[in-house]
Amino acid sequence: MKSIVIGVIGADVHAVGNKIIEFTLTNAGYNVINIGVLSSLEDFINAAIETDAKLILVSSLYGHGELDCRGMRDKCIEAGIGDIILYVGGNIVVGKQDFTEVKERFLQMGFNRVYPPGTSIEKALGDIKADLGE
Amino acid sequence: MRYYLLIDFGSTFTKLTAVDAAFGDIIGTASHFTTVATDIRDGYHNALKILYQKLSSNIKFDHTIACSSAAGGLKMAAIGLVQELTVEATKRVCLGAGAKVDLVCAHHLTKRDIQNIADYKIDIILLAGGSDGGNTESVLFNARKLGEAKIKIPVVYAGNRSCQDEIEDIFHEYGINGYISENVMPKINILNVRSARDKIREIFLKQIIEAKGIKKIEAEIDRVILPTPEAVLQAAELLSKGYLDEAGLGDIVLTDVGGATTDMYSICNSTNRSDVVLHGLEEPFAKRTVEGDLGMRYSAPGIIKTLTKEEVIQINKAKNVDLEKEVNYRYSHVDMVPNNPHDEYVDQLLAEMCVYRAMNRHVGRIEEVLTPMGIIYNQIGKDLTGVEYVIGTGGVVINSKAPSEILFQATNIKNMPGELRPHDPKYLLDKDYLLASMGLLSQTEPALALKIMKKHLMPLEKKV
Repeated sequence: MKSIVIGVIGADVHAVGNKIIEFTLTNAGYNVINIGVLSSLEDFINAAIETDAKLILVSSLYGHGELDCRGMRDKCIEAGIGDIILYVGGNIVVGKQDFTEVKERFLQMGFNRVYPPGTSIEKALGDIKADLGE
Repeated sequence: MRYYLLIDFGSTFTKLTAVDAAFGDIIGTASHFTTVATDIRDGYHNALKILYQKLSSNIKFDHTIACSSAAGGLKMAAIGLVQELTVEATKRVCLGAGAKVDLVCAHHLTKRDIQNIADYKIDIILLAGGSDGGNTESVLFNARKLGEAKIKIPVVYAGNRSCQDEIEDIFHEYGINGYISENVMPKINILNVRSARDKIREIFLKQIIEAKGIKKIEAEIDRVILPTPEAVLQAAELLSKGYLDEAGLGDIVLTDVGGATTDMYSICNSTNRSDVVLHGLEEPFAKRTVEGDLGMRYSAPGIIKTLTKEEVIQINKAKNVDLEKEVNYRYSHVDMVPNNPHDEYVDQLLAEMCVYRAMNRHVGRIEEVLTPMGIIYNQIGKDLTGVEYVIGTGGVVINSKAPSEILFQATNIKNMPGELRPHDPKYLLDKDYLLASMGLLSQTEPALALKIMKKHLMPLEKKV
């Protein structure tokens, strides 16, 4: 069973979507490690190391995602899991910005997939299956 | 079963407590220097002679059981993967089993780590890493490394259960004295103490006390059943929870200031609040931490190493002492007993510093996080604010003229408002030094042990 670490990053306590993601991915047959709300970059990375996770899915709903996620890929490389797949989604930036630019910035930060507000988890699940296999 | 003889083979003293179950109380205590370097039985015989004199009769004891921290106690190496997760879980299991953690290793072991295992005279290795179904690479690497180094001491494997079989094969291949237990952290942030702790206790009783020359005593007594700190932990847990109709004291903190270490125990849940978000590895209900750098003699120099140069200067000036000189003197005269007001004054000061710092490391923290949803409380570690009793033990506390002043340091917030120290507890003193022996008695007579503790722990004045 492939392992996926999920959680909500930063000073963010939006727990509903987080539970829906956990439910959907578990039903799809993945071993989901949900580190919950108010999680730091290091919490995600530590959990991924111990569980040998292949993918980290970061949620951010309060607009500060860009600050919170900065340096995530570098820290993964430092921690010896540089090859891990990184997803991010939610309301990841403040205000109504053009999402193509936002996406580009997060791709530059080393994320593999970046989702705009209102994306359903089923859409991401399709990508997960493509990236990890069933 | 009427007469119990409870023995604590300590690093310095062999302490005897005689209990009459029919009378329902302690009938006598005695102690003598521990003689583990020559023959542990000598010190025991001498203590027993003193006890018989005190009782003015040679009682035949129906049950004679002992705990031991003699010959350096139980020294363990805790090996895990990530510092905040399996390394921390492994440490907590060792401490909960009554061990001293002399070596802590994360990720891959190095040649230097292997050398340290020999240099620090480690008794048992606890090897973990990976949640169940998680990382296997690290533990397999480390098990092989231990095998290649021809490690002879017992190794308990308490890591990812997915590679138990491979680990067992490695144990066989290299002839490692290996044991398999459940994972100390089966899921992220979930702590599983029991299985590994029981395995450690089993090895302690089967092999370690023999290797340390303690087993000889079993020719004369029933058996050695626990490492001393675990006996104390069990006594504290019983005292907190109560037994059947005999009520316990509720949430408690216990501090034991010794010559080499300061131990801190807390018996309570992580939090009783519903408005906090708990973070990090799950906390044990009965938690023990040991500070190897905080002690009155062997570890006295460690006390000032926790301070900055400026703080030492300030304390020297305010308290009119020379801290550096005092701690170094105590380090080189470990059998020093204070016999003048100045030495008593300095011992008191050092003990207060030990308790303050040990609590600083034991207690949890809370921080306010401003979020768009309002203020959220983020908690790491245990919330001790609601603790009802702080109990003191250890020579320096028991013999102090102002033991409560030492214990007040457990509640001293100073300039760390985020620390969740006990807020307004009552204070008790273990003046008869009976916690370890009551931990032993609690194995067979929990109701009696609880009654005796409640009777003999002496109330101290509250902080005003």
